[in-house]
Amino acid sequence: MKPRVATVWLGGCSGCHMSFLDLDERLIELADKMELVYSPIADIKEFPHNVDVTLVEGAITNSENEEYAHIIRKRSKFIVAFGDCATTGNVTAMRNRFTPDEILKRSYIELAEKNPQIPNDYTTLAQLLKKARPLHEVIKVDAWLHGCPPTADQIWFAMTSLLEGKIPVLPPAYLRYG
Amino acid sequence: MGVVTFTMDDVQYSANEGDTILKVARDNGVHIPTLCFLEGLSPVGACRLCLVEIEGSPKLFPACTTKPAEGMIVRTQTERLKKYRKMIVELLASEGNHQCAVCVVNGHCELQDLAYEVGLDHVRFPYLYPAKTLDASHKEFVIDRNRCVLCTRCVRVCHEVEGAHVWDIANRGINCEIIADMNTPWGESDLCTSCGKCVRVCPVGALLEKGATVGELKKERGFVKVIVTARSKHEWITVEDHEEE
Ligand code: SF4
Ligand code: SF4
Ligand code: SF4
Ligand code: FES
Repeated sequence: MKPRVATVWLGGCSGCHMSFLDLDERLIELADKMELVYSPIADIKEFPHNVDVTLVEGAITNSENEEYAHIIRKRSKFIVAFGDCATTGNVTAMRNRFTPDEILKRSYIELAEKNPQIPNDYTTLAQLLKKARPLHEVIKVDAWLHGCPPTADQIWFAMTSLLEGKIPVLPPAYLRYG
Repeated sequence: MGVVTFTMDDVQYSANEGDTILKVARDNGVHIPTLCFLEGLSPVGACRLCLVEIEGSPKLFPACTTKPAEGMIVRTQTERLKKYRKMIVELLASEGNHQCAVCVVNGHCELQDLAYEVGLDHVRFPYLYPAKTLDASHKEFVIDRNRCVLCTRCVRVCHEVEGAHVWDIANRGINCEIIADMNTPWGESDLCTSCGKCVRVCPVGALLEKGATVGELKKERGFVKVIVTARSKHEWITVEDHEEE
């Protein structure tokens, strides 16, 4: 059976996933070696069980991210923090010096051109956590892939070693923040 | 001048009396990581990245301020030292607000270089996300304390080389921060000659030139090549010596 792989987009800008697509023709080779069981680029509603490798983009910045992170952990064997936001908080965490109320007020009242109003239907909307946090401060993480975003070559290196059942030990050349 | 003979990583060296372990190491191509040290400024032993082991003592010694003694046995790359150096970089990263992706010195930063050198794949300490300030009141430069690693290079270059003594450290412990002119906005400082030496020596993106964008700022460490003079108050004239470049 081919390894079951998932990719998840939490508190990030989707740039890491864009970089994944930059693998270009190598994506075809990758598709032969694995089964993509969940991803923002595949239309699958629920995070599946028995996932071998999950790449998680983004920091944990709202209540939904946090819930999701725990589900992912329970259902995945191996989790990779995918990109700088997942690894350090990065740009997502730049809001951490302000309170969620201050941020909402700034975004939805002060900067609103029309109908200034803070969204408050938390039955459908996730609530901002007090601080955005790197993934490993919330769940156990098994490997880190840095960069904002990680380059296609970094992703290729990590994916090929993971699919061979090896923990990707990034060579120093792939250790790169920003 | 007297000469001392000592051993560093199993190789014998002779040093001039007064030389530090770091100087001998650098002169002989032995790499010891540093951050607060900068050639031309007085060493302060503040960052502890250059710590080395000396046989017979349980303590660790900063190579930038410690002088070798006759027969001393020094080790610069033990597992214990590597462990501590990694921890220091982790603490520096978690005690500031570093978002390399949007930083002026991204790719030319001494903290990034250290992170790569110690193999920092993630930070094991909780990030503090401190509420630091930024001062853009100076007409040419900015200090963004979010990225300051408190190496005090700016304090020393301004005092020791420029002779202006604009910078000091305020507060203690985790609340330490670099202040201009006894805590006035930098732009209002009567002492600052706008020589830019502090910006040049800052190892990270905490001191920067206005108008620099992401990854654009490459620091030119040759701070002694700049001379500033004034004809009247705040009318500074900067003369730069480009000849050696
Ligand atoms: S100062 Fe260096 S480590 Fe800090 S954000 Fe800028 S590039 Fe990154
Ligand atoms: S620009 Fe020159 S005088 Fe002004 S604070 Fe920096 S080093 Fe001191
Ligand atoms: S502003 Fe730069 S040079 Fe000054 S202490 Fe901070 S990091 Fe060091
Ligand atoms: S370089 Fe020696 S303590 Fe900082």
